[in-house]
Amino acid sequence: MAETKEFRLSSRIESVDEAALEAEEFAKLSGFDADFISAIDLAVRESVANAVKHGNKFDLTKQVEITFATSAKGFEIVVRDFGPGFAPDEIPDPTNPANLLKATGRGILFMRSFMDEVEWFNHDRGGMVVKMLKKR
Amino acid sequence: MADITITERQAGDVTILDLSGKVTIGEGSVALRTTIRRLLGEGKNKILLNLGGVGYIDSSGIGELVSSFTAVNKEKGTLKLLKLTQKIQDLLAITKLLTVFDVFDDESEALSSFE
Repeated sequence: MAETKEFRLSSRIESVDEAALEAEEFAKLSGFDADFISAIDLAVRESVANAVKHGNKFDLTKQVEITFATSAKGFEIVVRDFGPGFAPDEIPDPTNPANLLKATGRGILFMRSFMDEVEWFNHDRGGMVVKMLKKR
Repeated sequence: MADITITERQAGDVTILDLSGKVTIGEGSVALRTTIRRLLGEGKNKILLNLGGVGYIDSSGIGELVSSFTAVNKEKGTLKLLKLTQKIQDLLAITKLLTVFDVFDDESEALSSFE
């Protein structure tokens, strides 16, 4: 049966943990196993951290909108920030030898590695959305 | 409760940091950075990071491992990793950082490698 959970969090680092805990609880109730939940956990943490840090730039007047949805297909995560947006394909490849020793830029790689589908788009009413699916 | 606990031990001129908890964006990453900078300030530049107790790491934590590695190298020192969990090993493989770090499962073997 399809289930959905929607909530908003403030643009603080603590929201990363809060979102991950919500995801874990929601995924457990839906009967997903530990490996599946571990992948969801990482994708939620990376996407919410990006939204707080790079999207909303820690602006407490902006929130992060999060939706989790389970269906026959799997577990879907949608995270929206209210920042200016960015072009994911322009983020340097962190596995390129020239970038290996850079301290940042690996979050998107992790999301793409642990989820089956990942897409970014600009929201009609502003902000950037990342939508991810982990298949059953 | 703190996200991370860092316990310091000395084995000859090698400083071993036993990490437990989470190395993630925020407190965990900052604690590691602060400890590494302090050790370098004290002239301790042979550092072995024991990650056996790290239950969780994210891209920020991985970035902090890289920053620590480059900071130690800059001071003509060496930073090596000990006891990677399967999860951390997977993340280091995805990011191709297993080619960067010296990684050991056995502490005495790791300590010998500094000589």
